[in-house]
This record gives sequence, C-alpha cells and structure tokens, in this order.
Amino acid sequence: MPIAEKDVKWVEPPKLGLFDYLYVPAVVTGLMTTARHMFQKPVTQQYPEQEPDLPPNYRGVHRLNRDEQGRVKCVACYMCATACPAHCIDIVAAPSPWPDREKYPETFVIDELRCIYCGMCEEACPVDAIELTSLYDLTGLSREEMIFDKEKLLSVYDQTKNSPKDPVRTSAGRLSVASEPPRETPKAS
Amino acid sequence: MATVYVNDKPVEIGEARLNAIEAAQRAGVFIPHYCWHPALTVVASCRMCLVEVGELKDDGTVQMQPKVVPGCQTPVKHNMVIVTGEYGQHQPNEPIPTPLNYPANYGTPGQRAKKAQADTLEGLLLNHPLDCPVCDKAGECKLQDFSYQYGRSTSRMIDEKNTPPNKPYISSKITLFTDRCIMCTRCVRFTREYSGQGELTVLQRGEHAEIDIFPGEPLENKLSLNVVDLCPVGALGSKDFLYKQRVWYLKSTDSVCPDCSTGCSIHLDTNKDIVYRLRPRENPRAQGWFMCDEGRLGYRYLNSKERLMRPLAGPRGQLGPKTWREIIPALRRDLADRAGRSPDQVVAILSPWLTCEEAFLLARYIKGLAPTATLALGPVPIRGEDDTYPKDRRGRPMQPVRFTIRAEKCPNRRGVEEVLRHFQGEVIPFDRVRDRFTAGQVNVAWVTIGASPDRTGWDEESARAVAQAGLLIVQDLFAGVLTQAAQYVLPSCGFSEKEGTFVNHAGLAQGIRRATNPPQEARAEGQVYLDLMGVTGLFQAASVRRELAATIPFFAPLAAGMDPLGIRLGQVPEPVA
Repeated sequence: MPIAEKDVKWVEPPKLGLFDYLYVPAVVTGLMTTARHMFQKPVTQQYPEQEPDLPPNYRGVHRLNRDEQGRVKCVACYMCATACPAHCIDIVAAPSPWPDREKYPETFVIDELRCIYCGMCEEACPVDAIELTSLYDLTGLSREEMIFDKEKLLSVYDQTKNSPKDPVRTSAGRLSVASEPPRETPKAS
Repeated sequence: MATVYVNDKPVEIGEARLNAIEAAQRAGVFIPHYCWHPALTVVASCRMCLVEVGELKDDGTVQMQPKVVPGCQTPVKHNMVIVTGEYGQHQPNEPIPTPLNYPANYGTPGQRAKKAQADTLEGLLLNHPLDCPVCDKAGECKLQDFSYQYGRSTSRMIDEKNTPPNKPYISSKITLFTDRCIMCTRCVRFTREYSGQGELTVLQRGEHAEIDIFPGEPLENKLSLNVVDLCPVGALGSKDFLYKQRVWYLKSTDSVCPDCSTGCSIHLDTNKDIVYRLRPRENPRAQGWFMCDEGRLGYRYLNSKERLMRPLAGPRGQLGPKTWREIIPALRRDLADRAGRSPDQVVAILSPWLTCEEAFLLARYIKGLAPTATLALGPVPIRGEDDTYPKDRRGRPMQPVRFTIRAEKCPNRRGVEEVLRHFQGEVIPFDRVRDRFTAGQVNVAWVTIGASPDRTGWDEESARAVAQAGLLIVQDLFAGVLTQAAQYVLPSCGFSEKEGTFVNHAGLAQGIRRATNPPQEARAEGQVYLDLMGVTGLFQAASVRRELAATIPFFAPLAAGMDPLGIRLGQVPEPVA
C-alpha cells in the first residue's frame, strides 16, 4: 500500500551558520571525545587471552543431558525437530533398551552450521534433555566436523555440567511412563 | 417423514434408523465419541457422547429429559430434540435457527451436556499417562483432540496413576500400552463381531480393567491390525510403524490397495518419498471401513533399495545403463523394424497391475505398430481361495460375510481385460500365448509386470519361455529372470508413484494418486508409452481417462471425472462385502 501524502512529514537539515561552516566546533568536540577516552578504563577485551563474561542465558552449542544413570535423557519425541525453524535436528527413534522407558534416540544429529541458535529446541523439550550451553567458540575444519552426533552432544554435557555457567537447569524431565511412579512434587515452603 | 431438532436446527431424516450421533451428523453437528463405531455394536461405555434429549410437543413446547443420555444408544424418532454441548455455536455462514420453546425451569440448554463431556474426559484422563511425547498416536489422538476441545486443562487427581505393564505379547504385529487404554472396547468388539475369533477380551473390572488375550492365544487373524486404527488413543500400536515417524510429518494421499482384487480404499501416508503406512479409508462402495493386514503391510517393496533405478539396454546378457533420451528413439526404431517384418509375431503381455490408462495406451501403441499383434493378459496371481470374515472360534467362515480377502492378488484384472476386449474382441490369457513362445514364434515381446516381487504371478517356467522371444522388452520394478533375458529393461513405478484407475472385482473404478516420487530414473509406464508415441508433455491420468471413456463404452461413466469413492462400471450386481 502506498503511503498517503498526508502521512509524509518532510524534515529539513538544520541550517548551518558561518561559524559552523568553519568546522572548528566539530573538530573540537571530536578531540574532546578522544581525550575523555584516554583517561577512561579501556573497553577492549583481549580475546582470546581474556575470555568474555557472557550472560547466563547465552545460547551457544547444544548439549544432550544425561539422567542420573548416565543414560541419554532424550525420549526421542521429535518436539525439538518439529519446533526447529532451521530443520537442523535429525532423530531416529527406536524402542528403548531400558525397562523404564519406551522410546529413545538411536541417533540424534544436529547440524551446528545450519542451526540459528534460537533456542526453540530447548523450549520445546518436554524432558529438558536438550539445552544450549554458553560455549560460544565453535570451530571446525570441515562441515562434517560441525555435524554433532549423539556422542558428541553428550560429551558437551560432560564438559559443561560442572561449570557454574551451565548448571543442569531443572530436575524435572520425566514423562509419567507406565512402569515409573510419578515423582513427588516438592512441597511449597 | 421424521424431523429431528439438533441444537434447534430441524433435520429431515426420512425413514432412516439413526442414533443421535448420526442424526446430529446430518445436521452438521459433531458429537464426540470413543466407543461408538458405525461398524460395531453399541456399548455406550465411554460416555463421551452424552447429550440432552427431549421431545417437541404438538403445542410447540419442549419437554426435556432431566438427565443426559448417551447419543450412540439413543435412537431418534419424530419430533425429538437433541441438545449437544455445542448448543449456541453456529457456522459463520449458516442461518441461526429459531430457538425452541424450552421449559422455563430448564436452565441454559447445552450446559448439562457440556459439563458431562468435561467430566467424562476428566474421568478418562485419571489414569491416562501424560506420555504424549513418546506416544505414536500423538497428533491423531482423539483423547488429545477432545481434551483440547471439550476438556479442562488441569487434572485434580492427586493419587498415583494406575500403571499396568505393557503387553507386547498380545500379537506379533501389535503391542498394547496398557496404561493408555480408556476401555472403549472397540478392539474387543472388532475381534468378536468383525473378524469373529474374539481373541481380545477385558480382564478385571472397574479401574483395574485391562485388555488382554487368553494366555498363549495371541491376536493373529488377517484383519488384526485394524484394531490399531480403531483404537482412539495410543494403547494399541502397530509394531511395523512403531516409532518410525511422528504422524504430523506424514502426508496422506487417497489411494487404493493393490494387493487383491477387493481394492480397499486407503490412505497412503508418506514423508520424503518414503511410504510409511497404509490405513483403510472408509468407502461403502468398496470394502467398508477396514483392510487386511496383508495389504496393509504389503507396501514395503516400494521403499526397497533393490528396485530397478535406471533404464538398461543392449544385447542379451550385456545390458548397460542408458538414458531415456537414448533409449526411447532406439526402442522406437527397433520396434518399428521388427514389427514391420513380422507383424504377426508381436506379443504384448499386459500385467493386471497396470492401470486402465496405461493398458489403454500400451494396447493402442502396439496395435498401431502392428494391427495383427497379440495382446495377452499377464499371469493373474491366484493364491488359495477367497478368505471371508467373520470366522468362528475354530476359524471357519461364518455368514453373513462382512469382509473378503480375495484370492486374486492383483488390483486391475477387470480393467485390463476390458481394454483388451475392446482392442481384439476377446481376452487372451497368458497360458494361450506361452506355447507360441516355446515354439519360437514370437519376434517381439513387450512384457509389463510392475508388481511386488512376491506376487507377480510369474513362475520360472513361464519366464523362461518368454525369454526366448526375439526382442524382449521388460517393464518391471525388480530384476528377475525376464530382465536378465531382455534387450530393453524399463524401470517402472509402483502404485504410490503413479496416477490412474483400478477396477476391482466388482467393477468399481477407483483412482490412485501419486504420493511419492519414483526412485532415480524410474519412469511411470504411461509416460513411457506417451514418449514412444511421440506425444510431448507429461502423462495426465485425467486426460487419458477422458479419452478412455470416450473410446471404450465400458469406461464411459468415467467421462465425468473420478469420484473419491469410486464409480461403478458395467452391469455388475452389488458385492456382498
């Protein structure tokens, strides 16, 4: 729809006087900014010698969490793959080898190059199995190297679970499954 | 003429004997239900279809019953008033009916039914686990749909849920997630009334009721997988489809099962050119509501990696891959050359797996090439005898027959026969031309098969006989004796990869639609015939069908286009099942 003429407001640049045309005030203002910064604490970070201090909700490399028994927590429900706007998650589900669960991911692959790090997978996960860590320096020498499989994603968990930045965020994360009694909900104190 | 008022809207039901759910359906009002199924008896056990009913008196007043009643168990009669939980909700472009004269002390119509629905759902969900993320039914689950639409969002249950163990032993093809069951008993009634052998039963009572089998007698009849479709929740799961795909990824295409001449209407569920499952599609003109396990699990060859992927040509035994661009002119030249020299010695064998359109095009092409050519019907695979259901406890068929699995394991014998009859006045079965092959009297043989390798109908002997033809052109899905002996091997398409018409045993023509792309270079038969005839453009089943209807009187009813439920051709009496 074209913009109506009445909605258009014309703005003229301010008129410059003779003094302004000499550019002396502009030069002086610029030099004052430089001088002020000479006496301030520098803002430059010396990366990589100095690691940046990222906020705790930073969305970096994914990890697949483990349960108390060290097994992959994921139940292969495909919610993350369904929510993913970049279609970078590929799961192959299979009947689980464990008696207390019905389904588990036989393979779980994330293409970290295709991922846009929106965090929707984390939000969609009903068992808090996939989380985005604060690992930001993701590098690799080939595309294949950047396609993370289940073992790699679990190893990211092992690497980050003890860091104060990426605590295991929730103790929830179980479906009420046949052979598993529901968990006691903590009483509000 | 009987008139029923559904949410104030008058509906003429004529002489039909309906229950409240069906009557409401005619008024465009959906009454949610779990246990009721049009093919099964009424038990009214799920209580989901509770509605308010009353009667319109002659003086214009309405007398309402004080309690809600199950709609499935309530036959409707003249002047009956049905009020559902959706009372007061109207379609946007529908005239709002005048409200009836409800009694003053009745309260708001629809409130009782609405509360009954919500309470029923709460009851059904008391013991239902919240494992939707790992449940295969999620996405097509009636419990999910109805809870969303009619239920409440939270549960007031504070006790532990019942968690009976799973029962993977109930069948080799089916597993039971006992805790998800809502005891609608559709599966139990199906095995008792439809398949007849009654393998499933209900154990225990009340909250502890469970579906189970008699120890050591699993559910193994040929219709068993229908209980998976019947299950409104995820309690019964097909082991074949278990955890293969989430259902919301699947694209459903209406098609026809090609594995016997019953021609069951099906939904073909595919994703990314892989066929994942077949489900029966309700079609009173074809098979009713269900389909057999053999047909349902007979799709796997379509996804096979062993399929013929590219056209091959060359001298016998030295076939090499060629492109279609090379092979079509070469084939046209070879055929014209040989058919010109010995037009009597051209034989085309039309497989009963071809669609009518393809058979029509091939017959026309061969007859155009050599008017004295012989068109034969390919071997028709017959296995055993027609298998009818229900059966009794000892497996003996019972009357009345409700479902027939036919011995003729191909989809379109009738259609191909009618095409052949038009082109040469009679149907020549394969057996009559076999001797000509063994006598070396065939110079050119065009053989189409296009069937699942376990049900082509070809035996070793016939294949060896046909292999003696001077020039052998084979269109098939898989390599075999014939493709090894051929000079031209044209990879064809399975039924999920092409469009066309199948005519079942009773003369019902139904359309199949393309749901997946053929593997690599494989090309649908119809397209190859058009290419050979020099017609440019893509094969369009609809336009060929129009031509077919105009040419062959038997197919004339197809001129107006294809009906989703199929069109009956010829003077064939209605089938029994």
